[in-house]
Amino acid sequence: MTTEILKKTPLHDWHAANGGRMVDFTGWSMPVQYKSIIDEHNATRNAVGLFDVSHMARFRFDGDSALAFIDRLVTRKVADLKPGRIRYGLVCKEDGGILDDVLTYHLQDSSGASYVWMVVNAGNREKIAAWIEQHLPEEVTFTDHTEETAMIAVQGPQAISIAQRFIEGDISDLKYYQGREATILSHSGIVSRTGYTGEDGVELTVPAESAIAIWEALHVAASEIGGHAVGLGARDTLRLEAAMPLYGHELSEEITPIQAGLGFALSWDHDFIGKKALEAIDQDTLPVRVGLVMQDRRVPREHYLLFSEGEQVGEVTSGSQSPTLGSPIAMAYVAPQFAEEDTPLEVDVRGKRHPAKVVPLPFYKRK
Amino acid sequence: MSTDNLLFAKTHEWVKVEESDGAKIATVGISAHAIEALNDLVYLELPEVGKEVTAGESFGEIESVKAVSDIYAPVTGEVIAANTALPDNLDSLHEDAYDNGWIAKIKITDDSALGDLMDLAGYEKMCAEEA
Repeated sequence: MTTEILKKTPLHDWHAANGGRMVDFTGWSMPVQYKSIIDEHNATRNAVGLFDVSHMARFRFDGDSALAFIDRLVTRKVADLKPGRIRYGLVCKEDGGILDDVLTYHLQDSSGASYVWMVVNAGNREKIAAWIEQHLPEEVTFTDHTEETAMIAVQGPQAISIAQRFIEGDISDLKYYQGREATILSHSGIVSRTGYTGEDGVELTVPAESAIAIWEALHVAASEIGGHAVGLGARDTLRLEAAMPLYGHELSEEITPIQAGLGFALSWDHDFIGKKALEAIDQDTLPVRVGLVMQDRRVPREHYLLFSEGEQVGEVTSGSQSPTLGSPIAMAYVAPQFAEEDTPLEVDVRGKRHPAKVVPLPFYKRK
Repeated sequence: MSTDNLLFAKTHEWVKVEESDGAKIATVGISAHAIEALNDLVYLELPEVGKEVTAGESFGEIESVKAVSDIYAPVTGEVIAANTALPDNLDSLHEDAYDNGWIAKIKITDDSALGDLMDLAGYEKMCAEEA
């Protein structure tokens, strides 16, 4: 039991009234599932899923040098980010450890003025806000918009057509990792072609007070075509199949971006915090992120240890039954000599060893 | 199977006790309430026939997408049968947690733990309080 009062998203009461099993997720009361994780997962793969991701932190930066400031803070070069573009990047410490993975948006308001928007993991909100404050130059204004807005992810093969019904203006020109301000059911918001499921889709950022009306409109439209509201349980199985890392599991202050297989998120042609350390670290001997498929039906889970011929060689960071593949899968960190495709490993499941095999990531890629 | 004559453990197992050749045989399964709470079942590990089990100790495991849970022996005795058809029909537990949903039969060697079990009304009250 926790005595801590959990934060509620603007959609909390809808979840509670519609069968959402509410759990504590990094201090937020969030639905882990409504009826079935597998059904919600499959609805997203086959039609459309609606996700309340309002708990994720949303930051805004104003000022002529806002983008240049963020460019120093994130591993990926964003100084050249054109208006309407979004980039994935990491915030690293001086020693190269990962503080968070974030999305940086370069947006324009209706008057054409530029600003930077950033989406940060819910559990890292205070830490990243403090890190930003610590480095913030006087000429950049930093504001936290998390609680005055809601964020709804619409994901799946039908996501664009469902979302389009409530968004003014054609969004079919919006490419992956592009975003802009938009009018959503007559409210001012942001639409971005982003997500965390491995499916096509958009994420809508809307004023908190309009969240229920927009969610309900989307939910009615989604339900007509086999869509579902989706809880954090299926969000986790969806991102796991898509091999998207999750902070606190695949990413931490003790893991470098190279180990995590996120070398693409490091731009060496700009200066960022942690760059010197990352250039100096000998990455060749450090454990690396791999995919595992179990060879029987036991489900590998976080912290389960991996063995090869009796020697401990790694640890599971995320695992689940894969609803799409129908077999248990995991992401894990293993010593590099065991990271080769098809390497047989054993997973210790509660004291018994079960066979697994290293496989390439992702487990699932949409057609 | 009527649930009227069943006993329930705090850990959500159900028990049906029958006499056979002078021995007490406990048929054990998982309550419909627990099946519904676990949802999305993906794996069941049955106890081995012949195994001596002690009331309150884990003698099987059930996994959902989200988590793995122990199944606790509600009585002390010897496992004399396990429902080998069940691991391949976990979905059937959602319709029928009691008749075909039995997991194991235990020949009771010490019936003192039976006194710790609840009847259906007591069990439902406990579940309502947990919710």
